[in-house]
Amino acid sequence: MEYCDRQVRIARRKCCHQPPNLGKRKRRAAFVVWEEGDDLDLQEAIWTCKNGQIQRRHPSIRSGGEIETKIEKREKEGKKRKIPKKKDLVEMTSKGAMSSGGGDDASAARRNSKKPQYSRFTQQELPACKPILTPGWVITIFIFVGIIFIPIGLASLFASERVVEIVDQYDKDCVPNKYSEDMVGFIQSSETNKTCSRTLTVPKLMKSPVYVYYQLDNFYQNHRRYVKSRSDKQLRSSAYEKDTSTCSPEATTADGSPIVPCGLIAWSLFNDTYGFSVNDKALEVSKKNIAWKSDQDYKFGSDVFPKNFQNGSLIGGAKLNSSIPLSEQEDLIVWMRTAALPTFRKLYGRIEEDLEANEKITVEIQNNYNTYAFGGNKRLVLSTTSWIGGKNDFLGVAYLLVGGLCLFLAISFILMYVIKPRPLGDPSFLSWNRNPAGHFN
Amino acid sequence: MTSERSLLIPSPPITTTLDRILWIPSFADLSKPARYSPITVSAMDQPNPAEPVTVTKSSSFRSLSIQSKNSSKHSVGEGNSTSIDGYGRSGSKSVRYGSRGGAESDGFSSSQKEINDEEARFIYINDPQKTNDKFKFAGNSVRTSKYTVLTFLPRNLFEQFHRVAYIYFLVIAILNQLPQLAVFGRGASIMPLAFVLLVTAVKDAYEDWRRHRSDKIENNRLASVLVNGQFQQKRWKDIQVGEILKVSLNETLPCDMVLLSTSDPTGVAYVQTLNLDGESNLKTRYAKQETLSKMPENEDIHGLIKCERPNRNIYGFQANMEIDGKRVSLGPSNIVLRGCEIKNTTWMIGVAVYTGSESKVMLNSSGAPSKRSRLEIHMNREILFLSAFLVSMCTIVSICAGVWLHRHRDELDYIPYFRKLKFYANGTEKSHNWSGLGWQIFFTFLMSVIVFQIMIPISLYISMELVRLGQAYFMIRDRRMYDETSDSRFQCRALNINEDLGQIKYVFSDKTGTLTENKMEFQCASIGGIDYSGGRAAFPEEKGYEVQVDGQVLRPKMTVKADPELQQLLKSGRTTEEGKYAYDFFLALAACNTIVPLLVETSDPSVKLVDYQGESPDEQALVYAAATYGFMLIERTSGHIIIDIQGEKQRFNVLGMHEFDSDRKRMSVIVGCPDKTMKVFVKGADSSMFNVIDKSLNLDVIGATEKHLRAYSSLGLRTLVVAMRELSSPEFDRWQSAYEKANTALIHRAKLLRTVACDVEKNLHVVGSSGIEDKLQEGVPEAIESLRQAGIKVWVLTGDKQETAISIGYSCKLLTSDMNQIIINSKSMQSCRKSIEDGKALSKKLMATPADTHTGGGVEPVGVPLALIIDGTSLVYVLDTELEQELFELATECTVVLCCRVAPMQKAGIVALIKKRTEDMTLAIGDGANDVSMIQKADVGIGISGQEGRQAVMSSDFAMGQFRFLVPLLLVHGHWNYQRMGYMILYNFYRNAIFVLVLFWYVLYTAFTLTTAINEWSSVLYSIIYSSLPTIVVGILDKDLSRKTLMRYPQLYGPGQREECYNQRLFWLTMADTLWQSAAIFYVPFLAYRHSTVDGSAIGDLWTISVVIIVNLHLALDIIRWSWITHAVMWGTIVATCICVIIIDAIPSLPGYWAIFHIAGTGKFWFCLLGIVVVALLPRFVLKVFSQFLSPSDTQIAREAEKFGNTTEFIRSEVEMNPPL
Repeated sequence: MEYCDRQVRIARRKCCHQPPNLGKRKRRAAFVVWEEGDDLDLQEAIWTCKNGQIQRRHPSIRSGGEIETKIEKREKEGKKRKIPKKKDLVEMTSKGAMSSGGGDDASAARRNSKKPQYSRFTQQELPACKPILTPGWVITIFIFVGIIFIPIGLASLFASERVVEIVDQYDKDCVPNKYSEDMVGFIQSSETNKTCSRTLTVPKLMKSPVYVYYQLDNFYQNHRRYVKSRSDKQLRSSAYEKDTSTCSPEATTADGSPIVPCGLIAWSLFNDTYGFSVNDKALEVSKKNIAWKSDQDYKFGSDVFPKNFQNGSLIGGAKLNSSIPLSEQEDLIVWMRTAALPTFRKLYGRIEEDLEANEKITVEIQNNYNTYAFGGNKRLVLSTTSWIGGKNDFLGVAYLLVGGLCLFLAISFILMYVIKPRPLGDPSFLSWNRNPAGHFN
Repeated sequence: MTSERSLLIPSPPITTTLDRILWIPSFADLSKPARYSPITVSAMDQPNPAEPVTVTKSSSFRSLSIQSKNSSKHSVGEGNSTSIDGYGRSGSKSVRYGSRGGAESDGFSSSQKEINDEEARFIYINDPQKTNDKFKFAGNSVRTSKYTVLTFLPRNLFEQFHRVAYIYFLVIAILNQLPQLAVFGRGASIMPLAFVLLVTAVKDAYEDWRRHRSDKIENNRLASVLVNGQFQQKRWKDIQVGEILKVSLNETLPCDMVLLSTSDPTGVAYVQTLNLDGESNLKTRYAKQETLSKMPENEDIHGLIKCERPNRNIYGFQANMEIDGKRVSLGPSNIVLRGCEIKNTTWMIGVAVYTGSESKVMLNSSGAPSKRSRLEIHMNREILFLSAFLVSMCTIVSICAGVWLHRHRDELDYIPYFRKLKFYANGTEKSHNWSGLGWQIFFTFLMSVIVFQIMIPISLYISMELVRLGQAYFMIRDRRMYDETSDSRFQCRALNINEDLGQIKYVFSDKTGTLTENKMEFQCASIGGIDYSGGRAAFPEEKGYEVQVDGQVLRPKMTVKADPELQQLLKSGRTTEEGKYAYDFFLALAACNTIVPLLVETSDPSVKLVDYQGESPDEQALVYAAATYGFMLIERTSGHIIIDIQGEKQRFNVLGMHEFDSDRKRMSVIVGCPDKTMKVFVKGADSSMFNVIDKSLNLDVIGATEKHLRAYSSLGLRTLVVAMRELSSPEFDRWQSAYEKANTALIHRAKLLRTVACDVEKNLHVVGSSGIEDKLQEGVPEAIESLRQAGIKVWVLTGDKQETAISIGYSCKLLTSDMNQIIINSKSMQSCRKSIEDGKALSKKLMATPADTHTGGGVEPVGVPLALIIDGTSLVYVLDTELEQELFELATECTVVLCCRVAPMQKAGIVALIKKRTEDMTLAIGDGANDVSMIQKADVGIGISGQEGRQAVMSSDFAMGQFRFLVPLLLVHGHWNYQRMGYMILYNFYRNAIFVLVLFWYVLYTAFTLTTAINEWSSVLYSIIYSSLPTIVVGILDKDLSRKTLMRYPQLYGPGQREECYNQRLFWLTMADTLWQSAAIFYVPFLAYRHSTVDGSAIGDLWTISVVIIVNLHLALDIIRWSWITHAVMWGTIVATCICVIIIDAIPSLPGYWAIFHIAGTGKFWFCLLGIVVVALLPRFVLKVFSQFLSPSDTQIAREAEKFGNTTEFIRSEVEMNPPL
């Protein structure tokens, strides 16, 4: 108490010398009368004078905190630092005086003292928001999620429904019956006629552009050995033509000259081709801009030309025109973006015409690609697109389910709240209060 | 009578006429253990195991001694006190904690043995060349730093790889370098480990650099050294053994040196050993008579000092000096140690004997003790589970891969990945890296270990260290744990057990200096059978007593409240019987001590303050009391004392002094009074004094004194009995010859001296007894009350006697009046057993009466509380016998356990009693050297940096100024630390496991070939950038409850004791949640992008970002307090992740170039992300919400109350919930 008295004295002295108006900032500072029994030491208080009156100030006032104060944000630490000298002086001296010692050497004593400086950070009293999941919040969150999710789910379901998709698996049907026992032999043989004609019926109007995809099943483009077997350096620039170290087993030809593009991925380039016609009128399939622009511009060099490609005894897939630079070989670029999953589609081209409902499309397929060796399937896919991508109901259904679940949870939580309410922060629920045996007086 | 501690001090030699080799028991402060355990005593003669005693080659000597300093791990015990040494060695059954060895131990005398030439070091005074000729002694430069520029890398790496986890990661990184197994790029695989090593190395390097800097400053300080007959300034590091140094007032000693002469004609020097053991009062050191008059500037001093090898015992030194053909023994009082400061002595001259790393202070600087926290031990168990997960995941993958390869064995011949022979028509080319099914499976296994390696969270270790560092920072900076009086902050000496503070169930506390201030205040006296307690009520005079001496006013620095009646009586002189008694009493108080009066200047030049410096607070109190009553001790030299008696200066010759020892429990002084009589004054503990009192005289005085003694100790006062007798001249002669003989004896001196003392201390008549109040420290009762409410059992272990202990127990609210006391005070095994059984029966009966005594979750068992009071004698029969279990059962039933009269070893024994039988965490708190064993034994040891030196602090894990800080330390910081750390560990397990699981799911769709969709750089950065910072910041800053709430409701400490924040259930729940979340993260995009054109890198980016977002939102969901730092880190991390992903995808040479821009440009990506967040976190959120609502934890309720603060209700219920105990 004596302590405080001294502080008060000092503050009073200050006040006498201080003009009553300390400036706007100062006046705005919120002063709270601090409660007795607060767990802060008496010494923690900062004594200042305001408008010629002595004020006891909780140190936390400087920046909010455990004690909920409503100070304007401007008053917080950061800006307060920059307050001109006069005010600092007041604070310094008053703080100095309160810390210890007596009279004039107070501030010196303070400097030598090991007493930790007060700051909200070191005292772990940074202003913080303490969100608590109150029933209100919980119900709001559930309802909110439900309300957001159900429309999204519906929208994406509709979008997916609107997508028209024709899928045709042709791998088996395109093998003549006599080879049905030896499909691998059929596909590997260079003598057999691989041409195959398919007829597809358009179920609904397909607005242009209609995307043409080929879909491979059970083809592990994400197989570790496959994924690694490429040389991105070589693809980018002719200077790195010899950079084939990562490309085994398709790195070099037998005589050691590098294969461009090297690696298993390029080597196994898909080589079925499709020709479309409707009512004997050929449908133009645009093969331009099927690859990513970024790949064409930066990843595949315009000065890199195929070399020694598919020259070995083993032919993995398509051959490349060695006079066209890689950046123009869009099929290759598309293929080189290895698929994430063993069932994947790759863009083949675009049909820039609307396809009317019930139109019969004849597809002339050159069935070259060997999926038979590993039991893979090949499909031809014609599909329109929507904002959600291709035809896939999953997201829509999932969103609807989750949204519904959230609404259900909201309802059940409301019910629970009604049936068995628990006032928040009710101390009678504390474990040491719950047991009646705990009370004995 | 409780003053044994206070009297245990090395006292100055009194008789300068005798060539008295002063031998002080090497650990004056520790003579209590010495008394009980023979092993302890002998330990001090045995070479310290950590010290290179047997090495003779000087070169290796040096290196080894440095090693011994650095190998802090096993030198912890020895470094602090030799009693621990004995304790540690005795680990097995061979030593009983309570065992009382043969009363007469030869340990004391054996230290008197001649120093063996081979084990000695020879120092030629003032001849450093010759001294260092044969053996090169270490120079005086010190190196506390661990590394040099050259050794830093190998040594630091070596030290870091002591961690098994690091070796695991190293092995994996090496595996990854094999071409067969190269899953990651070579650089990427080493990154995480390199990062962790780098961070630690930088931290170590910084610390070491600071040490280097301080070493440099230290080594370049100047000291004046005798060179060619003149004192010259020389750098500390150039000082050599054998050189003569001169140290002036207030200077710090550069090395350990033997005193040759001082400015004081009697050869006394006062040193302050603050830096050494923290004791601020002055100690006296003596130059030998033979060297006293030598002035090294004028004459050559030559001599040979033969002393023992450098050792770490700062209280022991033995050597002898040959000078001028005479052989003189040197003891601990003749050596001054490096780091001490000279006070009250203008100069002193000495010869350097131990320098640099061999000086005692350097040998004693051992690192903090290393303990492992309970949480970490549990964590290691869970890490084993995680390893099992890891192995099973790898097994699944490799088995599946095997099955896949087997089922596709025909196709393998065709598909391009392996190119088995059949692929080729001509069969000429070799297969591509196909090494047979078995090998493929094996390789797959190893590769999967590499891919899934971070299942074992490497980052956890470093996060934990950082978090603990942060927590320690906050604990140190806590203003509520700053002690104003001693100007000391909280200290964290051990950095790895912060979270143990939140789980304490037992607190073992020392009493003196811990619960009490160890500031003694003279309160009352019983003199000649009359009780003078009036002073307790009277107000102290404003000015206090003062005397005029030589025109100067002398005033004692402190005054005590004086009894006016007694003052009056003393003024009236020795006319009455009572007057005589009072005169003798206060004369005894003023004379029979080892206090050194110092005159301190004040602002008023004519007034001087008398400051009594001594090592025992009891004695100080008594001397101040005597001064107040007009018996002012003014001067003490080795041969006489001057006492101002009622304004009249009188000189008393001190003819002999028998120091305190723990067997006699008393000290005596033989003085020659001005009236030519010779008197023996004895003061000591009542138990020992009444044995030597002549019972035939003054029976009523004895009886009255005994009665008063009981009354005083029931008031909680420490009592001393003062007795005296006159010596007749033949008696004196007899004593003197015996004394001289004993003093000069070469062997068994201590024993002989004791015999002499016992001979003279007999047939005494009682003068009176004093009552000294040992003041309770501030806030102790409240602190104990809080701890009790928190469900912590407080046991007090004290050396005091039973009555004192009980009364202190009452005053600090440890004991309350409604408690049933079970007092065990037995002298034999049988009676001990019986008392314990009786106690158990009683407790059963009491426990049975209230039918529904249900312990309300870690809170005190209600019913009639029991208090167990047991004394050290009984403990001898209990500890390490079959009764131990019985005692344990009884003690755990009791609310309070009070052990009095316990020896230090027994303190450790009691801690062990609990530790051996329960899993509960124990904490020991104490301030003295006698608490060291207990502090080291307990799970958490806390030292009070108070008055009793630094022994306790040195061996503690945490040190603080006051007992009451235990409350904020445990209830606030302990609670926070535990909650934070527990959560952080679980979260780190989760964080790594979820990532691994996402990888794992993908592997199932890649023909089990361990392709990762998440690119390798993201994998590496995951633990470093993507998710590390938030958990660290949350681990340091998050608070589940405010300090105020925690302090107000100590019961909230319970969750830590019940291990609610980290346990197996939570672990498995977390793991289940991890499984779900990882599945959600993987399968939402998987299903959404099924049968689409998406490429691996793009979907990989989606997975990366969603893992990071989920992991951080998961944390965000559990954060309780959002300060700006939390916000910044949390959202900053997510932003940083996105930036990193973008940067990685902007590198054209990586396969995933630009993928993120393509995929993020579609709506599907964002809907996937949103869906993942909700789906993944929904179960956790629902579970959390429902459990919080239906069965809220105490913490939860308190948090709600804190926020919605319906304070009135809170306060009302508070009354209910804290029933007065």
